[in-house]
Amino acid sequence: MSLRVRFNEVVKDFGPVRVLHGVSFELEPGRMVGLLGENGAGKSTLMKILSGYESLSAGSLEIDGVARRFASSREAEDAGIVLIHQEFNLADDLTVAQNIFLGRELRRGLLLDEGRMRRAAREVLQEVGLHIDPDTRTGDLIVAEKQLVEIAKALSRQARLLVMDEPTATLTPSETQRLFELIAQLRAQGVTVVYISHKLDEVERMTDEIVVMRDGRFIMRGQTAQHTRHQMATLMVGRELSDMFPSRLAPPPSEPLLSVRGLSVPGWAHDVSFDVRPGEILGFAGLVGAGRTELFESLLGLRKRAGGEVRLGGRVVAFRDPREAQREGLTYLSEDRKGCGLHIHMSLQENLTLMNLERHARPWLDPRSERRALEQAVSDFGIRTGTLDARAGALSGGNQQKLAMAKVLQPGPRVVVLDEPTRGVDVGAKRDIYFLIQRLAAEGRAVVIISSELMELIGLCHRVAVMRAGALQATLDADNLTEEELIAHATGTH
Amino acid sequence: MPPALTDSMQTAARLPDPTAPAAARQAARQLRVRLRDAGPVIGLVLLCIAGGLLNPDFATWDNAMNVLTRTAFIGIIAVGMCFVITSGGIDLSVGSMAALIAGSVIMVMNWVAPLAGSPGAAVLVGMAVALTLGAAFGLVHGLLITKGRIEPFIVTLGTLGIFRAYLTYFSNGGALTLDNTLADAYGPVYYGAWLGVPIPIWVFAAVALAGMLLLNRTSYGRYVQAIGSNEQVARYAAVAVNRIKIWTYVLLGICVGVATLLYVPRLGSASPSTGLLWELEAIAAVIVGGTALKGGNGRIVGTVIGAVLLSVIGNILNLTSIISVYLNAAVQGFVIIVVAFLQRGRR
Repeated sequence: MSLRVRFNEVVKDFGPVRVLHGVSFELEPGRMVGLLGENGAGKSTLMKILSGYESLSAGSLEIDGVARRFASSREAEDAGIVLIHQEFNLADDLTVAQNIFLGRELRRGLLLDEGRMRRAAREVLQEVGLHIDPDTRTGDLIVAEKQLVEIAKALSRQARLLVMDEPTATLTPSETQRLFELIAQLRAQGVTVVYISHKLDEVERMTDEIVVMRDGRFIMRGQTAQHTRHQMATLMVGRELSDMFPSRLAPPPSEPLLSVRGLSVPGWAHDVSFDVRPGEILGFAGLVGAGRTELFESLLGLRKRAGGEVRLGGRVVAFRDPREAQREGLTYLSEDRKGCGLHIHMSLQENLTLMNLERHARPWLDPRSERRALEQAVSDFGIRTGTLDARAGALSGGNQQKLAMAKVLQPGPRVVVLDEPTRGVDVGAKRDIYFLIQRLAAEGRAVVIISSELMELIGLCHRVAVMRAGALQATLDADNLTEEELIAHATGTH
Repeated sequence: MPPALTDSMQTAARLPDPTAPAAARQAARQLRVRLRDAGPVIGLVLLCIAGGLLNPDFATWDNAMNVLTRTAFIGIIAVGMCFVITSGGIDLSVGSMAALIAGSVIMVMNWVAPLAGSPGAAVLVGMAVALTLGAAFGLVHGLLITKGRIEPFIVTLGTLGIFRAYLTYFSNGGALTLDNTLADAYGPVYYGAWLGVPIPIWVFAAVALAGMLLLNRTSYGRYVQAIGSNEQVARYAAVAVNRIKIWTYVLLGICVGVATLLYVPRLGSASPSTGLLWELEAIAAVIVGGTALKGGNGRIVGTVIGAVLLSVIGNILNLTSIISVYLNAAVQGFVIIVVAFLQRGRR
C-alpha cells in the first residue's frame, strides 16, 4: 500500500539559478513527515519534482527502489503520488465533480459518463466531510471548501503518498481541526503524508518526524518528539533568531505621516483606521484573504473604495491611480512579484528606472544615467547578479525582491508599503531585507509591512495591526508580543 | 535615495557568476538572440541575392525605387502598428480606415477646390483632413479599448466593417475620383522625387526614424514596452497605462493618415477595394520583423525590413516566372509562418 521514496543528490536549476544543491533523504512508508524550511528553502520545488510538476536537473528519485522520472503530474498520480498545491489547482469555471475527474474522466464509449462521475464525486466528498452538491461551480466555494475538494481529488486518485503544501494557511481553527482528523484517518489507512507548514505547533502536534531544508540543501532529519519548537526554528533559519533582526530604533515623536480613518473597500475591508509616523515600521498581520492587500490597493486607487479619509502629511488625499500616489510620495511593492512587481522579461535597468524614468530622459533616454542608477542600486541593495545586462527573471528570488524594493524606492517615497517583502526569499537575503527595511525607517520614512510570517512582524515592527475578515481587530505593541497572541487575534479566538 | 547597507552586502554586489556552465549557457543564449534579431536582415539579403541572380532587372536602381515606393504605404502603417502591437494591442481596421480617409479626402478636396482659389490650397486642406481623421479614429479606438474596456480585437473588428461600409456608401459602390486640376496639383506628392529618390520613400524613412527614436529613446517608448510586457506590473509601477495605450492608437491613426495622403495622388480615386487587406500586410510586416504579437518587444527597424521583405517577394515573383504571381500571397503566408516558427520560444 505505502511507498518508499528516496531522493538521491537531487539538483534543480532554474536558468542560471540553482535552487536545489544535491538533496538526499528518504521518506519512510506510512509516516507523516513535517518538511520544514523558510521560504525559498526549496521544499516546494523538491515536492514538485516528486509529484511530476518539475523535472530534476541532476540526481535521481527512487520509488520503492526503482529510479523514476515523472514526465507529468499524471504519471506521478498513476504511481500514487499526489501534491496539493499552495495555490489550488482547480479550474474555477468547472463543477466540483468535473474538477475531481479532470484529466481522467470516466467514459462510456466516446461520451463522458457524467452520472458515474457525479456519484463517485459525491462519495469521495462525503469521505472528506464536505456536504455539497458535486455540480456546484468550483469558483463559488470558499477557500476551505476548495482545500477539501483538493483532498477529495487526491483520494479519488488512490493517493498512496500525499504532499500538502501549507494546507492550513487559509483555514480557521475549526476547519483546521477537521483537516487534521482527515489526515489522521488517511495515515491510518497507510498513506504517507508529507506536510509542509510554517506553523510549528501543527508540525509538533501532527507529524512523526521532521526533515529540515535550508537554502536548497538537506539539513537534518529526526523524530519530531525529540525537538522543541525553538530548536526547529533555529534549524530552519540556521542561526539564532535574535541575530536575524536589526535592533529596533524608537521612532522620534511626531505627527502621523499617513493617517487613515474609516477606510472601507467593498467586499474586502470595513472601517479600517490606523496611523504611521515617520521612522515607524507598522506591521499588518492576518490570514490570507483578511483584506490587507486589498486595503492598500484601494489606498493606491487600484480598487474602488467606499468612504473613509486618508491624510498624507496632514493633507487629505484620494488617489485615483498609483501615479498620483507616487507624486505625493507613497509607493507600494506588491506581494505578487511576477504578476505585479517586476517585468521578468525586461532587463534589470529597465525594471529599476521604470518608476522615475522621467529623471533619465532629457528628453532622450540616457542609458548611461540609467546604468549609473543600476550600479548604485546593486551596491546599495546588495543585488547579486552575474551580469548587469541580465533580465530580471534570471535573478534568484531574493535578488529579484531586492531589485523590486530598489525600484519602488527610486522615486524617493515618504511612505513605503511592502507587501510580503520576504516571500520566496532565502534566509541570507531575508536578513539583508530586514536590515534594509530598518534603514528605510531610520531615514525617516514611514514603513508599512504586510506579512504572513509572524516571526518577522514581531522581530521587525514597532506595532502590529491585525486584520480578520476585513476588519481591524487590534493594533498591538510589538514588545512582548507572541505568535500565539497574533494568531488568536487573526483567527478571532482571542 | 536608497540607503547604503552593511559592509558585507556591499562586497556581495556584482560578484561574477561562479558557475562556468551557467556563463557558457548565457553566452550561447545571447548568440541565439543575436542570430534571431539579425534574421530578417539575413533573409532580406538572401532574397535580394536570389532576385539578382534570377533576373538582371531586379538589381537596378529603378526597380529598387519602385519596390520601396510601393512599400511606403504598408511600411508607414506598420511603424504605427508596431507601437500598438508592442503595447499588447492590435488594430484590424487600418485598411478600411485608409479607404475611408482616402474617400473623405477626395470629397473634401473636390468640395473645397472652387472655394479655396488655388488647387494647392485645396490639397493642403485635404492633407490636414487626412491626418486629423486618422488621429480622431485612433482616439476613438483608444478610448473604447481603455475606458470602454473592450478587447482591441473586437473594437477594431467592428470599425473594420464600419469604415469600409461608409466609404462604399459615400462612393455609391463605385469610385470617388479627384478632379483633374487637383490630381495634377497633388500628383508630385507621389510621383515627385528629391535627389533622385521618390517622395514616398523620404516620408517612409522619416516616419521610421521618428518611430525608432520614440520607441527606443523616450520614456513613452519604454512605457509602451513595459505595458506590453506586463500591463499589471506597469500599472503598479505608476505608469499611466490608459493614456499611453490611447496614444499608440492615435499614433497608428496618424500613420494611416500619412500613408493615405501619399496614396491618394497615385490613382486619384478611392473605391470599396482601396486598402483591402492592408491590415494583414502591416501586421505581417511587424511580426516578420521580430516583434512579438503578444507585445512587450517592439522593433521598428525589423518592422521596416519586414515590410520591404514582403514586397520584395512580390516583386521577384513579378519579374520571374518560376512561381505564378497568383501565388504571391501564398509565398508571403509561408514566409510569415516560417518566421514565426524560427522565433518561437522567444520568451
